[in-house]
Amino acid sequence: MDFKNILNQIEQADPEVFEKISPRRHILQSFGSKVALAAVPLALGSLFNKAYGKKTDAVVDVLNFALQLEFLEYNFYYQAVNTSGLIVNADTLEGITKIMNHEREHVNFLYSTIAAMGTPYTPPHYSGSSTSFVSPASFDFTYRGAFPSTVFADLELFLAVSQTFEDTGVRAYKGQAGNLQGTANHPYLLAALKIHSAEARHASYVRALRNAVGFTDEDGSKPKPWITGKVAAVAAVDANYGVGASGYPAEDNTTQLGVNITSLPAVSGTVSASAASEAFDEPLDKTTVGNLVANFFAA
Amino acid sequence: MKTNNVITDPGQEDVATYDVSRRKFFQLAGGLAGAGLLLASCSKGDSTPNNPMASGTVRLGSGDTGILNYAYALEQLEAAFYIQVVANSSFTTAFTDPDERARLTEIRDHEVAHREFFKAALGSSAIGALTVDFSKIDFTSRSSILSAAMAFEDLGVSAYNYAGQLISSPDYLTVAGKIVSVEARHAAYIRDLVTPRSFADILDSNGLDVANPPSYVLSSAGAGAYVKTPIDYSQLPTL
Repeated sequence: MDFKNILNQIEQADPEVFEKISPRRHILQSFGSKVALAAVPLALGSLFNKAYGKKTDAVVDVLNFALQLEFLEYNFYYQAVNTSGLIVNADTLEGITKIMNHEREHVNFLYSTIAAMGTPYTPPHYSGSSTSFVSPASFDFTYRGAFPSTVFADLELFLAVSQTFEDTGVRAYKGQAGNLQGTANHPYLLAALKIHSAEARHASYVRALRNAVGFTDEDGSKPKPWITGKVAAVAAVDANYGVGASGYPAEDNTTQLGVNITSLPAVSGTVSASAASEAFDEPLDKTTVGNLVANFFAA
Repeated sequence: MKTNNVITDPGQEDVATYDVSRRKFFQLAGGLAGAGLLLASCSKGDSTPNNPMASGTVRLGSGDTGILNYAYALEQLEAAFYIQVVANSSFTTAFTDPDERARLTEIRDHEVAHREFFKAALGSSAIGALTVDFSKIDFTSRSSILSAAMAFEDLGVSAYNYAGQLISSPDYLTVAGKIVSVEARHAAYIRDLVTPRSFADILDSNGLDVANPPSYVLSSAGAGAYVKTPIDYSQLPTL
């Protein structure tokens, strides 16, 4: 993409464009060096939102909410991957490391995108840097002592929490899509949806992995890559699969847009309740997600 | 009448090419697959031999209805594919692991649920049944099936990811989100059957998944390779 050409064209259309964006002119100069390449279109878009007075506060709120979750996920995986004796299987370590790297990329991407138009979120007691984003003191992976064992000393619990984070991340991004609608926000909605499906891929992998190694969900069933009913991996996180505020249904919901999915024809008979539940992931609101993950952050 | 679409495998009960709406008919009359396709291809009443498909063109429509029809078209394709995967007499030899067969059957059921949901939600605005052609896929081969499944799932994810911006109704955007993450779960599972731990290897260097516009998704590089019914998407919203 030729940014100079784009800027020249905009300048022809609006000769005062550089005055309007001058406080942020340095951002343009940093393109290609400090800002990740794919983040540039977003940064550029937000630049013009600022310059032309479009409201970005709501967008910043959504992106910071996402950044908070990504900080949590990345630090969770970082600590796990760097705890000797936790993930001893090389294949599992490869898979979890891939997820960790994606979460770091999400943190970087969101951080640089937000930095171009506002103040990026950092967790409490943040002691990391903008290049590492690692801050163990910011988090409490004992879940305020509620977990039956230590998450980084017990692979079964670690993977159960991983499944929870990924499934909840999917719900959280989905719940924010509606807050990113509108022409001015298209690049942000697109980016959020791209992260949303990435998290769903993670969830699928972790669920299939838990199934393959014989770990079970709280009801004794082997997890599938998709969510059947509202069964959690461990009882402590039941609520992550439950109802949210403002009428958000639990993951076992079988009615979509007023259509009872279980009344629809299937290959034989009608769609089963389990298939109807699995075929649609449910969103969750920001307040509920915030409450659910609050115990993972240091007090 | 195009005849090069008529491809049947004499060794199978299943038809490689069939009209989705006529699935039950073919289950009853498997041996007449070729004749069935003839019916399907002519079913829109075309009478112009030089342009047999023109009058059978499906128009997705405009606005949110157009987007929902777009999704309905993709779900029709996916459902038809997995129905054929599971119904094929080689299913148990192509997939010897009962867990894998269970997962593929579940994916089939999800896609059918998606298809029927869109049909119900669209009501009288729904497009008709599309004619599909899976003759490029060897339904006796695990690798051929998984390769096609991976392409369908990744394509579906990319289609929904892009279409989100084109949707006006918050409710429709949410329901598209409810479906796309399930497609991404499918994609990751299928990818790992093809190559272990490749569940998200399609992401870019920012950890972002793929988004493709309808023009690509419906082209011969995507769904167009398998959907024989011409689809007019010109009225869909654009950015």
